[in-house]
Parts: sequence; structure tokens; C-alpha cells
Amino acid sequence: MKTRISERFNRLKRENRTAFIPYIMAGDPSLEKTRDVVLLFEECGADIVELGVPFSDPLADGPTIQRASERSLQNGTTLRKVIALVQDLRRTTQIPLVLMTYFNPVFKYGVESFITDAVRAGVDGVIIPDLPPDEAKEFIRFSGKTGLDTIFLLAPTSTEDRVKKVAHASSGFIYYVSITGITGSSLLLDGSMEILLSNIRKHTGKPIAVGFGVSTPEEASAVAGMADGVIVGSAIVKRLFETPDALKDFLIRLREAIKQHRTL
Amino acid sequence: MYGGRFAPETLMPALHELEEAYLSSKKDKDFQRELVHLQKTYIGRPTPLYFAGRLTEHLGGARIYLKREDLAHTGAHKINNALGQVLLAKKMGKKRVIAETGAGQHGVATATAAALAGLECEIYMGTEDMERQALNVFRMLLLGSKVTEVPVGSRTLKDAINEALRDWTTNVRTTHYVLGTVFGPHPFPVMVRDFQSVIGREARKQILAAEGRLPDYLIACVGGGSNAMGLFYEFLGDAAKMIGVEAGGRGIESGEHAARFAGGSIGIFQGCKSYLLQDEDGNVLGTHSVSAGLDYASIGPEHPFLRDEGRVRYTYANDEEALAAFGLLSRMEGIIPALESAHAVAEVIKLAPTLSRETVIIVNLSGRGDKDVQQVAKIKGIEL
Repeated sequence: MKTRISERFNRLKRENRTAFIPYIMAGDPSLEKTRDVVLLFEECGADIVELGVPFSDPLADGPTIQRASERSLQNGTTLRKVIALVQDLRRTTQIPLVLMTYFNPVFKYGVESFITDAVRAGVDGVIIPDLPPDEAKEFIRFSGKTGLDTIFLLAPTSTEDRVKKVAHASSGFIYYVSITGITGSSLLLDGSMEILLSNIRKHTGKPIAVGFGVSTPEEASAVAGMADGVIVGSAIVKRLFETPDALKDFLIRLREAIKQHRTL
Repeated sequence: MYGGRFAPETLMPALHELEEAYLSSKKDKDFQRELVHLQKTYIGRPTPLYFAGRLTEHLGGARIYLKREDLAHTGAHKINNALGQVLLAKKMGKKRVIAETGAGQHGVATATAAALAGLECEIYMGTEDMERQALNVFRMLLLGSKVTEVPVGSRTLKDAINEALRDWTTNVRTTHYVLGTVFGPHPFPVMVRDFQSVIGREARKQILAAEGRLPDYLIACVGGGSNAMGLFYEFLGDAAKMIGVEAGGRGIESGEHAARFAGGSIGIFQGCKSYLLQDEDGNVLGTHSVSAGLDYASIGPEHPFLRDEGRVRYTYANDEEALAAFGLLSRMEGIIPALESAHAVAEVIKLAPTLSRETVIIVNLSGRGDKDVQQVAKIKGIEL
């Protein structure tokens, strides 16, 4: 099925470019602000936007996104409101939008209702860090009919069996967790990532985006040379409360770093 | 269906590896011999099954037996699981173990087993629990462990588990996570139950020796639910009625409790599907109990299974009832129970007088109350 995400990756491939995928926690500090930031991401050259859904117990996240999640919950953000935000955004932008949420809010919402409502609102894909494909049969069955991409994760610890399983179950792209750890940890660029990514590519032709530890334009550039997409989360969330120009400047520097990798 | 393996990909290979290592350890005669030897010579098993004559007389009904897990080394049943997992970690070649703790008993047990095995150990504990269980914090330090405060979220057990899972995700190659209860992603619920099932195996033999028959009732408190599973498991095929007692805190209607069955619904949390105290958007609610060890938003996934089957009945005791039971058992039997175990005793106080004098109850006295003495004094307004 043709989705906004797969069409974007096809276009990038033709243009020999790597996707820039910035992340923001929805509702931090407010849903209005998130709306503006998503449009700013697009203006600064983002290819796909990842929208975080807050959860009380974000066990895959480091301190930066934990705090963003707490702030967002304090402001009353819910999964339902994030879906409504996407619906609102769809009046102004067609950029591919991916929700990153823990599974319990989705489970409580009802898997089938969530998928129906999310697709209707204009959500293109979901990343659920505590829902490995092993537990996602029902989710995949419902989403497959709707064209919602299910983006599963691979990690440096993944065995060959897991690589096959995750690559097979993923649609849109595969999320490669660049570090053995939680979001916002420091990246180790020692050449091992290149080997691990080429191992994954032996089993799949699906696009691979790398995230979790990318925090500087230099790192983004290095990762862009190996991957089909670069995801930047915590480093952007940290700059949210600096001046609007500082965030914009950082986004443009990331975009340029990702664009220039091929000639470096 | 409950349980499952709702874990980040980084941990999935480690969970597979753990399952394989665990299953092979069950068949490994040397491993089992060492475990049994240490259960006997180090933990002090079998723990006694004690007939509580004065309490029985006082309540005027069923004959009450206490399974004395409070007499196990370190003062609670937690050591049964901690020792098993630490031996397994060593067999797997791990250099370091980590654990979460609420009341501090599992932290102390893991720190103890790590000292015995010569492994590095780090314990995660919520700020609020560190304050109310200061004595156990110092015990862990004496045992050579590092204790790391978790000042986020509700600052109790669930947040300590989140932080331990984050540590495990980061250090999974060198570290084993000694999860303290029958919870989390598979194989933890099964493995922890098996390490705890020694309680029921012993109790079955002991009651047959004492009464010449099997018990009519088994009663245990349920936080995550490991002492209850440990007692119940061996009796599941028998006729004995089983009661799990959750923490009713300040009452179900107050919202300040940890009674997952009375006040929760099915959810997915910290690796498995089970009953969960959550709001309508799927965020986990804060809990309250006078006992830190029962102060947890979810419950081991085998419990809802046993409840659905109608095999185990679940009820709750509130803070006041637990405190009253804490006092009564201390005065009647000279045994100061942990506040967790006092919840099970509170149910005995309600139930025993309604039963005949021929009825036999076994209650799991899962831990000793020394750790709670300071807190109880504080509640009573007494300065020590």
C-alpha cells in the first residue's frame, strides 16, 4: 500500500537524500505550541515528524523526554487530544506524521478504535517501544487493512532471528536504536553501527531510520551517511525553551548536516 | 490472556537468553544441588509452620498456622527468589546485578545474595520509600551495594522498576535484573513463582505432619504477588480455598489504595498484561498503602488468571485493619509481622471467627516487622 511515509522515502531515494525526522513531545508545553513547532519542522526541511504521546511511565526514555512527558501530562494532554491535533494539522500540512506512544494508552483506547481514529485524523505511522512484533499480531492485523504504518525497532543487541522478524513486521521504515540504552544517551560512533546496519540490510530493503542518541549536527551527518533517515529527539526537546531563533537555527543546522553527508 | 513480553527491543534478546538459561538450570543437577544446599544452610530452610495457639483461642474459630517466612535469612520470603536469580546470573556469566525495591526487603535480599556470590550490586529505590524504610537502605549499604534514589514520578516502587529497566536496557550485556516479584515480561513471572514455590512445598509436608490432612484455607497478602504464588502454587490441585489480600489503603472510595482488582482494569505495564490502576487515558495512577511492599499499581499476571478461573478469591485490608493486625499478632504470639504480612493477618481476623474449630488455615507470614517499627511508632505519634 502506498503511504505518505513510503512515498516520501521513494522520493528521497530518487534524490539520493536522507530523511530528517525531528521529534517533539505533543503538549509540551501546550498543544498550540506543538502545532507551531510541527510547522516549523516542515519549514526547516523535515521529511517526517515524530509526535510523542505522553505517558506516566516512559521506561524507554531518558530524563529529557521523561520531563517533557511529565509537563505534557500536567497540561492535560491525552492520546485523544494528540489525535485531534493531527486532524487539525492536516488542514495546513501533508508532512508524514508518526506517533510515538507507549502501548497502554493505545490498549486502553482500544486497538481497533485507535487505529481507525488515528488514520481518519491523518496519522501515517506508529512507533510503540514496548510493543515488539511478538505481541503485535492484533495490532498489525488491524493496521494492515488501513494503511497505517507499523514501525518496529531494532537495537544493537538484536539477534539475526529478531532482525528477520522485526524487518518483516515493519512497514514505512525500520527504527534502528543507535545505542544500547534509553533516549538521549550519548552516541558512540566507533564503526559498529555501520556493520550492524549492513547486517540488517542483508535481510530487508525497507528504509532504516536511526535514532535515540543523535544530538549534534556532526553526529546527524555521520549517521546520515549510513542510514535512510536520522531521528533527533532529546536534543530538540532541550532547545524548545530557548529562543525561537535558537530552535530554528539548530533545526537548519541539522538539516544541512544531513543533506551534506554524501559529499563529506 | 495475561502476561506476555511487552518489552523494548533492546531487552528482547536478553529475555530469550534468560528463559533458556532458566529452563536449563531447572535440569542442571549441580545448579539445583547448590540451590537446595544454600536454601538449607544459608537461608535456614525449611522455615517452620507454627500453630498460633493463642491467636486461634482469641479469635475462637479456625485453627491458625503461620508459615514463618519471617524467619528466613534477611527476614522475608524475598531471599528465596533473590538467591535463585543471583545464582542464575552468575551461571550466565553476568558481573553485575540490579534490583528495584519498595519496602527494602527485596533490595536487602538481592544485596545479600550478591555479596554471597561476589557480584556487583545496585538497588533502585523511590525517594518516598527510602524515607520510610531508612533502616533497610543502610542494611543494603552495609552489604556492599550501591543504593540509587529514584526521585521521579510517584517516587515509589513502580518508579524504581522503571529506573531498573532503564539501567538494564543500558547495561544488558553485563547485568542481570533481579526482578523481585512475579511480574514483568516473561519469563520473570514464572521463574520467580518457581523460586518461591518452595514455601508451599514445605507447608504442604508440614501441615500433613501436624494435622494429618491438607488445609482448608490459604491466605497471603498480594503486592506483586510473589509470596502468595509461592504459597498457593503447590496447592492449586487440592481443594484448599485461597485468598489473596491486597492493600485497601485509606479505602477504595478514597482512591488512595493499591487494590487492583477492586479498583483497576486490564492494562499493559512494565512488560506484561494484567490488572492495573489506571485513569481513562491509560496513565498509571498513584497508589497508597501503609506498607511500601504492597504499594504498587499492578499485580503479577498469574493472579488475574487464577481469579478468572475462580481458583483464588481476592479481597483487601485497609491501613487501619493492617495496623490492628500488626498489634494483635505482636501481643498474642510475640511475633511482629511486616506490615505487608499484617494485611493477610487482618483477613484471618475477619475470617477465622466465622469458621468451625476443625477448619485449618495457613497464613503466609511473609516477613518480619522490625523494618516497620519506626513507621508504626510515627503513625501512633510516638517519638523514638
